[in-house]
Parts: sequence; C-alpha cells; structure tokens
Amino acid sequence: MTDTAVQAAHTADAAPVAHRRLRFNILRYNPQDTGSVPRMQTYELEEADGMTLFIALNEIKEKQDPSLQYDFVCRAGICGSCGMLINGRPTLACRTLTKNLDAEITLAPLPFFELIGDLSVDTGKWMRGMSERLEGWLHAKGPEPDLRRLEERMDPAVADQVYELDRCIECGCCVAGCGTARMREDFVGAVGLNRVARFKIDPRDRRSDEDYYEVIGDDDGVFGCMSMLACHDVCPKNLPLATQIAFMRRKMVAIGWKK
Amino acid sequence: MRELAAWGVPWSRIQQGDREVIINSQKVTITERAEAQGLVAQRDFGGTKKWRTCYVSDGTGHAMLQTVSDQAIGASIPVHERTEAIALIHDGSRCYGAIVRNLITGELVAYVAKATAIATGGAGRIYRVTTNAVICEGIGTAIALETGVATLGNMEAVQFHPTGIFPAGILVTEGCRGDGGLLRDVDGHRFMPDYEPEKKELASRDVVSRRMEEHIGKGKGVQSRFGEHLWLDITLLGERHIKHNLREVYEICQHFMGVDPVKDWIPVRPAQHYTMGGVRTDHTGESATLKGLFAAGEAACWDMHGFNRLGGNSVAETVVAGMIVGEFIADYCDRPENEVDVPMGLVHGFLRTEQAKIDALINGRGSESGDAIRQRMQEIMTSKVGIFRRGEDLASAVEELQQLLVKSRNIGLRYKVRGANPELVTAYRVQKMLKLALCVAYGAHTRTESRGAHFRQDFPRRNDAEWLKRTLATWKGDDTLPTLAYEPLDIGRMELPPGWRGYGAKDYIDHPDTPKRAAEVEALKQQLAGQSRFAVQEALLPYAAKLPKSLQGRNERIDEMFTNEAAK
Repeated sequence: MTDTAVQAAHTADAAPVAHRRLRFNILRYNPQDTGSVPRMQTYELEEADGMTLFIALNEIKEKQDPSLQYDFVCRAGICGSCGMLINGRPTLACRTLTKNLDAEITLAPLPFFELIGDLSVDTGKWMRGMSERLEGWLHAKGPEPDLRRLEERMDPAVADQVYELDRCIECGCCVAGCGTARMREDFVGAVGLNRVARFKIDPRDRRSDEDYYEVIGDDDGVFGCMSMLACHDVCPKNLPLATQIAFMRRKMVAIGWKK
Repeated sequence: MRELAAWGVPWSRIQQGDREVIINSQKVTITERAEAQGLVAQRDFGGTKKWRTCYVSDGTGHAMLQTVSDQAIGASIPVHERTEAIALIHDGSRCYGAIVRNLITGELVAYVAKATAIATGGAGRIYRVTTNAVICEGIGTAIALETGVATLGNMEAVQFHPTGIFPAGILVTEGCRGDGGLLRDVDGHRFMPDYEPEKKELASRDVVSRRMEEHIGKGKGVQSRFGEHLWLDITLLGERHIKHNLREVYEICQHFMGVDPVKDWIPVRPAQHYTMGGVRTDHTGESATLKGLFAAGEAACWDMHGFNRLGGNSVAETVVAGMIVGEFIADYCDRPENEVDVPMGLVHGFLRTEQAKIDALINGRGSESGDAIRQRMQEIMTSKVGIFRRGEDLASAVEELQQLLVKSRNIGLRYKVRGANPELVTAYRVQKMLKLALCVAYGAHTRTESRGAHFRQDFPRRNDAEWLKRTLATWKGDDTLPTLAYEPLDIGRMELPPGWRGYGAKDYIDHPDTPKRAAEVEALKQQLAGQSRFAVQEALLPYAAKLPKSLQGRNERIDEMFTNEAAK
C-alpha cells in the first residue's frame, strides 16, 4: 500500500460516526452506610472510540456520581484489581472494550468475596488467608544459601514452566465463577490449586506430595472441585487451570490411596 | 537477584549452545558456554553496553512482586491493605510515624514508630498522560514534603516514553521501532526523517519523544475526543512477526483498543514514565533533615538515577533499595540511641489536625470540584511541563498551579460520607499532588539548562559550570510555592567525572573542576594498570564501607569463581 492509499483508508476511518448511547445498570450497595439498600442504578453515557470500562466508569464517577465505588490500579490487565461481573461474567474491567458489548451493560461486584461497596470487593483479604492456609511461599531446601556464591542452577525449561503458572494475578475471577465456592466457603479455588501446582513443579521447593496432601487433600481442596471448569473459561490470563487441577488431583489420589 | 532466586523468582535461565538474537537490526548467533547452563540469564536492555538485565520471560516485575509478597506472608508480616498515610508525625527534627486513614471505614489511626519508611513509588498521575498505575499519585512523597522539614530532591527530573498507547498511556515496547515500525502523523506522513534524517525513528528515547511533541505542536496531531495523538505503524512488519516477536504489543492493542496492529495503525503519544526525584536521602535511605524518616524506590531520591534513568534500573532499585535500606532501618531501630519516648501530645495533635482537615472538607461550604482541579493540573503538567519546556510556559504553569492550589483549599463535596468516599479521597489527594506538581514546574522553571530528561528549549545546553547541583525543595506552611535550595556535587570524589554520556549533542558547558578530576582518574588508572578491578575501584571510589556489614565483600561470578580463601 502506498502512503497515499494508507492515508485514504485511515481518513475514511476517522470520519465522524454517531456514537452509541450506553446504558449502565450498576448494582449499588454500601455496607458501611446503615441506610443503604442494594439496588440497581442506571447511568447513561455517550460511547467513545476505544472506550474501555475503565474510561467509562471514571467518566460516570467524575461527571455523574462521585459516590460510585470500584477499583482500578494498573489499568493494564496485570494487577488483578478490577475483576467484576460484566453482564454476569467475571472478568477484568480495565481491558473490556464497550464496543464488544451491547449498549445495555450490567455491572455487579464479584460474588464470594467480602463486599467493600458497589463494584469494589476485598479479594486481597481472601487471597492472603488462602495463601496462609496453603503456605503459598517457597519452602527452600537446606539452609539459607550464601548469596555471594553463584546461584543454584535451574533448567531453563523448568524455569519457564514455573513462570507460566506464576502469571496468576489473583484477580479472583476463577473463584467468582466457581460452582464449588458457592457451596463451600473454605474452598481454595483454582487460584489456590494453581498456586500449589506452581510450587510442586519448582525444584527449589522441598515439600513432598504428602505435604501438599495435608493442605489440599480434602473437599476444601482438590477433591472439592466438581470439574465444571468455569475457572478455566474465565481466567483473564488463560492459565491452564483445567490441566493443573487434573494434575494435582491425580497426584493427590495417589497419596490418598496409600493412606 | 540471587536472594530473589532463593526466594522463588523463576528467573529466565541460560541454555547452553547457539541461539539467534537481533543486534542493531542484524541477526547474530550467540553461543552460550556449557559452564553457564542454568545460571540466571542477562539480556541487552535500555541502551547499556553490558548485557546486564536479568528477566523473567515477559513478566519480570510481576514475578518479582509475587515472590516478595509470598515471602512476606511466609514471614507473617502483616499488610494493612486499603489504608493510606496522609501525614507524618514529627516535631521538626524527628519523625514518629504517620497518621493513616482507613479507606473503607474512614477511620484515622496514628501509627507510632521508631523508623518510618516511604515506598510509595512515583508521582506519574500529576500528568494527564502517563504509563504509571492509577495509584501512582506521589502521596508518600507529598506527606514528606508537607513536614516542611524533609527535602525532595530533583523533582523536575521526569522521564517520558515515546510510545504510550493513546489515550490509556499503556506502554508498547521500543522493539516496535527497533524492528522497523514507523511513526506517522494526521496526514499519514512519516515525519521522523524530516527531523532526524540519519536515525529517523531509532533516535534515542528522549529525542523521539521531543520530535513527536514538536510535530503535534505544529498541528500535525490526530484529533480525538481525548486529545491529540500520532500513529505507530507496524503493519509493514507482517502478521507472523507481530504475532510472534511482538506478542505482547499485539495483545495490548487487541484488549485495550480493539485495534489489530497487523492491519491498523496504533494511536500513540509520549507519556510520562518515571519520577527520578523524590524524598532526598543519604546512602542509608534516611532523610538528611528529618531523623527516623526513610524512603526507598521511586519515591526516593537516593541518587541511583540522576536526571535520567536507564532501562531495567527501576525494578532493580525496588529490590536493591529494599535490601540495603531495609537492613539500615533494622540497624537504626536496634541502636539504643534511637529509642524514643513518644510524645503523645504531639501524636494527638497531628491526629486532631488531620481529622479537622477531613471534617472541613465534609462539612465545609466549599464550591470547587476536586476532579476539575485535578484534571486541570494534569492538563497543565502534560502541556506545559512535559517533554519540551520553555521559560514562558513554565512561568504560566507555575502561576496557574498556584491558583489551583489556592482553589483546592475551597473544595466542596457533593457526597458527604466519612467512610469509603472516592470524592473525599480525590479532594485531599489533589491538595497534596498540586504541591508536587509545583515542585516539578517551579524546579523546571528555575533550572535554566537542559540535563538528562529535563529539556529546556530556551536553554538547550547542559551547563555543569552553573547547574551541576541537586535541587532541594521544601514546603513552608501555607506557601503556594516550594522553597528551593541547591546542593553542589563534588566532582573531586567522582569515579566518572561529567562528560559526554553517549547520547544527545556533544554540546555542554564543563564545570571548572572536571578537567582536573578527569586527569586524576586517568593518572590513577595508569598507576594501577595491571591490578585487579577491585583495587582500581577502591582507589577511584571506595564504597564498601557504605554498605551494611552483611552486604560487604565480593560476589562470585562465572569468570571470578571463589577459591576457598576468597569465600571467607
């Protein structure tokens, strides 16, 4: 394509088009305010090119309703703060484009987690509790290494595999979409099982399958999963959650059988 | 890096044998030695000569953060989420902790401490267009400034990146241009060759950013509802290259703009990227003027960066400062002379003052909008205190920011709730952010030279004779401007006296001490020729004694393996 042809193509694109009028139905409730009752509230807004829910919600808050609560931090899809139900589906609001949605959009907070207010939930508190229960940190082999000496070597392919599971951003979408979590409030969720799988394949961790069985070898762990796998479908990072859960279940069944 | 490896970071590792890399747009084969197999890999990054950047696939920062957070949980370190410090408790010479607001309940709590550390990152959100996260508002830096005692260093030193996607400001990598991508304007015209006939799109980061802004200034930007932008065109690279070599760029375009970069141009504009300035500290991370106050990372001016920052040095600073300053803070708390008798009257006084400020916002009859003031501040900073700086623009920015600061004392809320209240948060934060914005704008106006990322069109030369000094800003009471002072740098102690740094024009005004020190350094090097690099370092710039004891001593490297003797 010549420069002129490209220019023509883009000039045509840039011609003013009528923007849609978007209607947002947002579940409002502030548990801090004794007078507050859960209700749906509607806001209207003119769509813009490239509008994401980050842009739309900020515009609603700044121009229409300063009391609206929601969370954004990185607004680049890597911090996991903005998980919410968008037309019933748990996902990240910051990277959801309005043009991929109908003009009528329903937003609600992620279920399961403690509600802070409106679209804001406390995933952090739950994630910390989950990590404490599962001991979601590396349990190093042997004494503390001398950091002045060369680091312990690691197979490059294994390092990459660990990273693939370490990509989890703890947004909570998997738990919000989980059938088991609906019934068992102590279920560790796909986020927890993925966490354990991450340490299990890490050669630096000293824990054995028996140790992992202690923390996930029950119905609040890997045996609670009913394999409906919404977690896998909604994960914004496309983590291989179905494979990880199956992998951990196989390992844990082998241990349980011995007991 | 080794400590993080021991804690669990899945650093990318070296695979022995041949692999292909691109250096200066040329394919080159590199052969890794067998004895390097499995060690932490290092790559080329940010224009440094040595390949020295450790990385974790395409998610280095995330992997580091995850591991440090895991270790904190493993060590049972409490993290008080959704709370923010809004004032430091101090008596004019010593810091005793902070007044902290719970963002859910609105409750104020005094945290009383022997040592208080600020690690709140940069202040990118004083600009409209920034790659920074939404929470990078510089509030930690601002509360240090509001003590009137702690100083902020080099706040006018702000780095911009050429290709933030527009309008979100999310970064797309320099690799796009490295691989052959082009910048185009409103007419589809490739404009960089007009300005930089030799290097075109591949001129250095600050030069490209300046040229882009210059071109927008000439009316060649593309108009949109969110302002003006230019185009990044990588369509010529082809689908295979974009989806494989630039996978992250492809995904960002898809998720955030619904743009397919295989067929469409990407809207871009330079964006604020990094705050070199911050709470001025000594090598231990402690403020030189307010005892017991420490700062680390982007919030600090710890002198790791100067007036510009190299790629990779930002995440490196977070963990290196964490390790070094953390150790110094622990030592500080252990020393008997740092015991404190907490003056409870003082603590209550600060608590009352902060509560009164919040009450005034909630109950007051103010008429100004916090959001409107904030937007105007961001607009001024981006349009007048950005990449290109001119005396008259800076003067008008300083003038209007002062007016905004005065207005911000009269903010009224529509939503008068004490607990979770985004409007209240914006109100008290914008009052603080304006002070930082004024430190940047006023510092930039006063510094009549160009240095690193600070570029004055009316003073394009670096002027070491007059400006080889650190800017120190303090804030007095109800002033509408910071008080600036300058701290000269001692060339006589430098390992690398100021010279041409390998980019930009070789056109600067030398400091009178530079030739003398340069000759000294040269003589020392000749004198010590043939001696170990450690002996040379010791003669030029000894630093071991400035590290915490546990971190002194050499590190083993693949070409400098320890014998049993050296390991002791």
